[in-house]
Amino acid sequence: MRVVHPQILTAWRLDDGEAVYRGAGGWVRALEDATPFTGIEAAKAALEAAEADVAARVIVGPYLFDAAVERGVIRPLSARELIRAKGPTVRLDLGKQAAHLPARG
Amino acid sequence: MPPISISTRAPGAFEDVADDAPLPVAGAVIVSARRLAAERDGVFARNDAVGVVLESHESPMQLPPEDLQRLSLVVLMFPKFRDGRGFSWARMLRTRLGFRGEIRARGHFLRDQIFFMARCGIDSLEGDLRITAEAVSDALATFTHVYQPAADGRRSVVLARHG
Amino acid sequence: MYRYDEFDARMVRERVAEFSGQVARRLAGELSEDEFKPLRLMNGLYLQLHAYMLRVAIPYGTLSSRQMRRLADIARRYDRGYGHFTTRQNIQFNWPKLADVPAILDALAEVEMHAIQTSGNCIRNVTADHFAGAAADEVEDPRILSEIIRQWSTFHPEFSFLPRKFKIAVTGSPQDRAAIRVHDIGIACIRNAAGEAGYQVFAGGGQGRTPMLAHCVGDFVSRDDILAFLEAVMRVYNEEGRRDNMYKARIKILVHQLGADEMRRRVEAEFAEIKAQGALHLPHAEYQRILSYFAPPPFADLPAVSATEGAARARDGAFAAFVAQNIFPHKVPGYASVSISLKPIGGIPGDADAAQMDAVAEIAARYSFDEIRVTHEQNLVLPHVRRDDLYAVWQALSAAGLATANIGLVTDIIACPGLDYCDLANARSISIAQDISTRFADPARQRDLGELKIKISGCINACGHHHVGHIGILGVDKKGVEHYQISLGGSAAEDASLGEIVGPAVTADSVADAIETIVDVYRAHRTGGERLLDTYRRVGAQPFKERLHAAHQH
Repeated sequence: MRVVHPQILTAWRLDDGEAVYRGAGGWVRALEDATPFTGIEAAKAALEAAEADVAARVIVGPYLFDAAVERGVIRPLSARELIRAKGPTVRLDLGKQAAHLPARG
Repeated sequence: MPPISISTRAPGAFEDVADDAPLPVAGAVIVSARRLAAERDGVFARNDAVGVVLESHESPMQLPPEDLQRLSLVVLMFPKFRDGRGFSWARMLRTRLGFRGEIRARGHFLRDQIFFMARCGIDSLEGDLRITAEAVSDALATFTHVYQPAADGRRSVVLARHG
Repeated sequence: MYRYDEFDARMVRERVAEFSGQVARRLAGELSEDEFKPLRLMNGLYLQLHAYMLRVAIPYGTLSSRQMRRLADIARRYDRGYGHFTTRQNIQFNWPKLADVPAILDALAEVEMHAIQTSGNCIRNVTADHFAGAAADEVEDPRILSEIIRQWSTFHPEFSFLPRKFKIAVTGSPQDRAAIRVHDIGIACIRNAAGEAGYQVFAGGGQGRTPMLAHCVGDFVSRDDILAFLEAVMRVYNEEGRRDNMYKARIKILVHQLGADEMRRRVEAEFAEIKAQGALHLPHAEYQRILSYFAPPPFADLPAVSATEGAARARDGAFAAFVAQNIFPHKVPGYASVSISLKPIGGIPGDADAAQMDAVAEIAARYSFDEIRVTHEQNLVLPHVRRDDLYAVWQALSAAGLATANIGLVTDIIACPGLDYCDLANARSISIAQDISTRFADPARQRDLGELKIKISGCINACGHHHVGHIGILGVDKKGVEHYQISLGGSAAEDASLGEIVGPAVTADSVADAIETIVDVYRAHRTGGERLLDTYRRVGAQPFKERLHAAHQH
C-alpha cells in the first residue's frame, strides 16, 4: 500500500520570489507556520483553491510536497524542500534562516 | 474573432473548409495543404480566392510553385507560441518564394511576438489573443532600428552605418 | 573594447522600455505567469528556489572598470551585496525583486550592459577566449566575430523561438580556451593555405543529458560569408529541430539524427541560397569598424623580462607562487595576463562581493587599461598588465582576498549554483566544491598534482560542465538523498573529450575521499610530468575503477 505523507502546499511570492507556504488563512514565510494536509483530497482542493491567489497576483507556481510531521514539527522529506525552507546552506546569512539578522548594505 | 492586420494590408475574408466538407458555391476559401494537393483543379476552378493552411511542420517550400502563384493567402499555424517555425516559413514565403499574397498567423502567440512576425512578412493574426489595434501599433513600434535583414525590407544598422 | 553607437544604445533602451511594460502588465494582471514567463526569460529573469535570479550578459566576457563598478552598485543596492560569475561568462544576481528589475536594467543600460537573451529559446551570449587580444598564439581576436554575431543575433525576428536555447563560442587560437566543441555552434578563427583569414564552423556540440562533441559543418567560411553561413545553420535548426520533446530539442540531437554529412549538405544548400540573395554579406567597412574597437591599447615598449618582478619573486615566496600559477604569457614583451581566482580555499566558486568587484575595477583601471575578462571557468582576468606592475597588482588583489594562487589546480573548481540556489538541481554542488577545496588546500600538494580540472554540476543540465572535467562530478537524487556520480577524462580544450563514469554514485561525505583515491591512482601511475588527464588517457579507466570499488567497500 502506497504511503501517503502529509502534504505541504507551497508557492512563490510574485513580487520577490520568496518561497511561501499555505498556513491557516493565508500564505506564510516560515515552514513551521504551514498547515499540513493529511488527506489527499484536502491537499488537492487547497492546490486548486490556490489558483485564485495566482490570478490575484499574490503567488506563482503552487505545488504540494511530502513532509513528515512529528510532535507538530514539520520536516520536508526532500533535500530540495529542506533547503528551500531555510536558504542556501553555504550562506547562512541569506534567505529565511537569516530572518533574524540585519539586512546587508 | 476576425483576423487583425499587422501590416498595411487589410486581411481578406475567407471561409475555412474542412477536408471532408464540400466547397461552397462561392466565396474565398481556405483549404488544407493535403486537400489542395489532392483537388487543386477543383479548388482553383472556382473563381474566388484560395488560401491554404499549413501546419507548423509543413514547409511552404513543399508547395508546388504553380499552386503558390495562384494562392491569395497562406495561413501558418502556431500551435504554441514556443513553436517558432512559422517565422521561418513566413520569411521564406516572402523572400525566397516571392509570395505576394497575404500571410496570416493563426493559433497561439504572444503580443510580444508581433514585431518579429511583421518583420518576417506576416500580414495578419487570428487567434485567442486579446489585442487592440492600439496594442498592435505599440508592438510594431517596439524597436526603431534593426540589426539584421528579414522579410520587411528594413535596412539593418549594419548598412545604415555605412551608407 | 566595443562601445555602443547611437543604434546600439537605442536598441537597449527600447528593450528596457518593452520589458518595463511587460512587468507592469504582469503586476497589473494583464499577463498571466504562462504568458510572462517566456518574456522574462528572454530578459534573463529566472525564478529560483529562494528568489528571482537575474542573469546579466557580459558579451564575450569583456567588461570595463566602469561596468564592473556598476555591477557592484547593483549588488549593493538591489541585491545582497554579491554576484556570481558563470560558465558562460555572465554574472548572476540571486535576490532581485520583480518590481526592481526595470530599474536594474536602466542602471545597466547606462553603462552599455543588459540582460537580453541570457535565457529563453534564442541565441544566447556568445562566449570567447578570455585571453583574447593578449594571447601570443592568437590567429584573430575572437571578440570581433563575437561582436558581429552578437548584433546579428539580437532580436533576430526569425530565430527568437527556436526549439531550444542556442549557445555559440568562438576561439581565436588553435588552443581552444572557449570550449567550442561542446557548443551548439563553435567557431575557430583560422587561415587557409593561401593565408587568408576565415572561420571553421562546428555544430552540434553540447552537454546535458546527451553530451556530444560538435562536428565540422564548414571547413573554411570567409569573413564576407560568415553571417550567411550561420543563418543557414540556424534556419535548418529552426525548421527541423524537434519540437515535441524538450529533452531532444537541441541542435546536437538533429546533427546526431541526420548524421554530420547530411547536416553539412543541408547547411551548404541553405547557405548557397542565402549567399546568392546577398543580404547577409558582411560589409568590409562594418568588419573594420568593429575591428577598430578591439585595437590593441597603447602598449609601452618594454623589455621582455622585468627586473622589478624578478626581485619581488626572489624576496616573496607567496608572490612567486602567484606568478607561477596565475600569470599567462602575453604577446607583447613586458606584459602578462593575470588570472584572478574566484576560488578561495573553502569558498563559493565564482562568487565575488561588491567590495571585491570594486577592487577589481580599481586595479583594472590602474594597471590593465581599464579592461577585465570573465572566464568560462568562473574566474576573472586582467588581460594587459605590465610585468613591472605584477607585484603591486598582487598586493592589491591580496588585500581584497583575490590572490589565491590556484588557477588550473585541483582547488580551481567549477561548480554550478546547485541545490543551494537552483530550482532545477538534484543535489548541492557548492558544498562539494568546498569539501574538495579544503581537503586539498595544501599549496605544495596542489602544485604537485598540477593541472587538474574538477567540474561539478548539481543536475543533468550540466551548467557546471562536468562532462568536460578531467574529473567530473554530477549530483543525482537517489530516493531523496543527494548522491554524486564521478567521471574521468573529459576535456573542454582543443583535445575535446567527454568523461567516462568510473563507479556507482556516492554520498556527499564520500566525494572528497573518492577524489583522494583517484589522485592516489594518478600519482601511482604518472610518468614524465603527465597531468591526471594524460595518465587516464594512457592507462584507461580500469585502475581507477578498481581502486574506487575497493575503497567504497570500506
